[in-house]
Amino acid sequence: MAHMAMMNKTDEAKFDGRALVKYGLLAGVVATYVAVIGMIATFSQRQVVAGLLTLGQVLLVAPPLGMAYFSARKMAGESGGKILAAGASIGLLTTLPLIGLIILANNTNIRIMFVNISPQLVNILTFGQDSVFVGVLLLLVVLALAGVAGAGLTLLPARWRQALVIGVASTLGIALMSELFVVILRERLGNNFVRLFFQSGVMRWYTAVGIFLIAFGLTLFWQWRGTQVRGRWQQFAAPRQKQVRWSGAGIGGIILLILPWVLGTFLSEVLDNVGLYILMGLGLNIAVGLAGLLDLGYVTNFAVGAYVTAVLTTTSQYGLGPIPFWLVIPIALLAAMFTGFMFALPVLRMRGDYLAIATLGFGEIIRVLVLSDWLAGRIGGPQGILALQNPSIGNFSFSRPEHFYYIILAACIAMLFVSVRLNNSRTGRQWMALREDEDVAAAMGIDTVLTKLLAFTLSAAAGGVAGAIFAAKLGTVFPQSFNLFVSINVLSIIIIGGMGSIPGIVLGAFLLIGAPELLREFQEYRLLIYGALLIVVMLRRPEGLWPSATRRRELQDAMDATSHLGVAHSEVISHGQSANPPKMD
Amino acid sequence: MEDLRRRLDGVSWVDLFLWGLRIVIILLIVVGAFNTLTSGKYTITTWISLSISGLAQGSIYALIALGYTLVYGILLMINFAHGEVFMAGAFTTVFIANYFNRIGFLNTYPLLAILILMVIAALVSMSVAVLLERIAYRPLRGAPRLVPLITAIGASFFLQYSFRGFYGSGFQTYPTVTALSGTFTVGKVTIPVVQVVVFFAAIALMSGLYWLVERTKMGKSMRAVSEDKEVAALMGIDINRVIVFTFAIGGMLAGAAGVINGLYRPQGVYFFMGFIPGIKAFTAAVLGGIGSVPGAMLGGLFLGVIESIGPNLVLEGLGIDGANQLKDAIAFTMLVLVLIFRPQGILGERLSEKKA
Repeated sequence: MAHMAMMNKTDEAKFDGRALVKYGLLAGVVATYVAVIGMIATFSQRQVVAGLLTLGQVLLVAPPLGMAYFSARKMAGESGGKILAAGASIGLLTTLPLIGLIILANNTNIRIMFVNISPQLVNILTFGQDSVFVGVLLLLVVLALAGVAGAGLTLLPARWRQALVIGVASTLGIALMSELFVVILRERLGNNFVRLFFQSGVMRWYTAVGIFLIAFGLTLFWQWRGTQVRGRWQQFAAPRQKQVRWSGAGIGGIILLILPWVLGTFLSEVLDNVGLYILMGLGLNIAVGLAGLLDLGYVTNFAVGAYVTAVLTTTSQYGLGPIPFWLVIPIALLAAMFTGFMFALPVLRMRGDYLAIATLGFGEIIRVLVLSDWLAGRIGGPQGILALQNPSIGNFSFSRPEHFYYIILAACIAMLFVSVRLNNSRTGRQWMALREDEDVAAAMGIDTVLTKLLAFTLSAAAGGVAGAIFAAKLGTVFPQSFNLFVSINVLSIIIIGGMGSIPGIVLGAFLLIGAPELLREFQEYRLLIYGALLIVVMLRRPEGLWPSATRRRELQDAMDATSHLGVAHSEVISHGQSANPPKMD
Repeated sequence: MEDLRRRLDGVSWVDLFLWGLRIVIILLIVVGAFNTLTSGKYTITTWISLSISGLAQGSIYALIALGYTLVYGILLMINFAHGEVFMAGAFTTVFIANYFNRIGFLNTYPLLAILILMVIAALVSMSVAVLLERIAYRPLRGAPRLVPLITAIGASFFLQYSFRGFYGSGFQTYPTVTALSGTFTVGKVTIPVVQVVVFFAAIALMSGLYWLVERTKMGKSMRAVSEDKEVAALMGIDINRVIVFTFAIGGMLAGAAGVINGLYRPQGVYFFMGFIPGIKAFTAAVLGGIGSVPGAMLGGLFLGVIESIGPNLVLEGLGIDGANQLKDAIAFTMLVLVLIFRPQGILGERLSEKKA
């Protein structure tokens, strides 16, 4: 086994003392970084287990734990004692920069510059001990233990390790979402039941242990009997399998329909936002994921949809209507398609990266325009447009997030249907051909101009609908809502979820939009995390979290082809586009 | 007749649209400028002083633009996070500048103090740029073109929010240097001293860079690598070193630009300050011809002047209120127009016909 591990890691240098110091200090730098940007202090406000563990502490021990785990994997084959000792020393080395930070914080007024190096942070790092000396000793012990734990993981047999990791991850995940569970459980089972397991919204220690044991046990059981279960499923006759699948889909559909009434107003609001982003993600996916046109100005379509809706349904002085919302939706859709078309025309001939910057420019132009005094007479300028009429059917008026959920759900399902059908259509294949190589696509008889225009226009349509629903839901439209971050959020969803992959986008929207809304602490660091995720995904998993099968294959081919070329990068970078590198004169 | 039809067949309707767009824009500019000039609202002195402040602002764009152009020349990638490299230097140094101001150092030895500030900012920005290359860009050097661009967008936001975490989300202000706060008069035109200082400081830095690229061995290596990486490697040039050096130089110029910018516009130093100058500097680089060092300088100055006189000259003539609010829109429109009509820029060479 050791031999095999060595074979897999032939490119890794031998793991020696120098590497150990390097990785240890690296973990220390990471831990210090999260402390200095204030993440540890902010996350300490969220308890994971009541009175025992905060999220800040989890964040603090994560770098040495992870780093020790990865280092220990490189040491596979060494004796257990040696590996554990290496883990401990990585933990100890991690503390060095942190101790430096504590000394700096206690003896200088560095806080004038670095706002987050506060006494509160020092208090967290020293575990609330009055004596700094005792606190630092405690920090050394805790981080060394984290290192030992990380290294020790590699010594366990694979099935135990998997069960352990899944157990801890589920406990942590449920702990972070505990408010959600509390809300749901309180309505169904009453306050006393909830108080038995949760203490003011935070898990009690035995709840945490229980969840861990359940997840741990289930994983072990699945490893033990999983193949049998799967085998039995395959023995089912095909019609029976189909039956089970359909009833599963039916139950899923019913759950989707009653969801907002189970979750309540706040969570419905979160769901609504996720839904709007799924809609926009599916839309942008046509341009970015399928046709390979990196559009950084997607907010334009969102803004057009919202402002068209606002102008047509408001009763204020800017109104041209009011027209019923159901009539406005197609108008907003057409308007967004038209702007998408007009903005696409000039950029059709541009190369990929120039196109990205040009569309970014469009987005910024829109932002400046909606804020300007010039258009203020028509669309309200910085004050925005107020008093939009609610959509209504007969006497029923859509006013609460729970109501808008159904509009959004319907739009998402329509868009999902369109996306799936497009994906497998002739047009979809034309887009993918365009994405892979424009010249070859043109040579195969694809009209690149029309194909690109269609991608931009259809992609804009979804943005327009999302904008229309957004405006109606809010009842007001403010220019501040239409900034670059909308474009970046949508782009991140697509890239992190998996370019061109429909389930990836749904997953991406839940992770990137839903999760931060539930975890207030994450809000402030949302774009930091997006940025880091974009980098990590591009470096480690360019196909995204839930990739589409074709995309993964293509990327794999591209990467394989380039890894052998060594220094001849320019050809690969220009991606066969025979661009002569411009000279520096 | 036959001949005419054949010619028309070669022209697609997209071309026609673009020609129409060209004509409309030229008409708008001419009409706007004509209206403004004939209205006699501004005197010639106004235009001169607007142009001078435009040149000062433009020289700052030019310094940042050099970072884009150097990296693009060598790696053919748009370093989208370069605006954040600029922010890193400017944001870090503002605290030191205020400290210098508190202890009185800034006003007793203004020249020395500013030099020290520029060196610090250059070092900070340089470190950020080099780390960026090492961590985010180097592993992706062989990847398809959009992959490093997406990484760069990610890096851009990561850096913004990291510095927000470091220094907080508040606005900081550079101290005013008394030695630079006066004005002097040439003929009828009153010129603030700071504008002249900013302009010449930027010109000095750019001349230094030009010398470095044209006259030193490292500059020669840089040119060689931008010409052909493979051959350059065969000639014994350490490509990774040259690339790191390029990022370092670009970062240092951006950092120095951060301090110069602080002298010129002391307000508004915060974590997002790099974004708009970044896009504008990219515009300047494209305007001058991306990959070309003199082009970036020229493009920066040109953009600065256009941005400064454009709103008054063209937009007011077209009867648009609050024209100065649309300053940023002018720069972005410029960007889009250059990318559409002359992607090779003023000094750039023609890229391969079909893609450029």
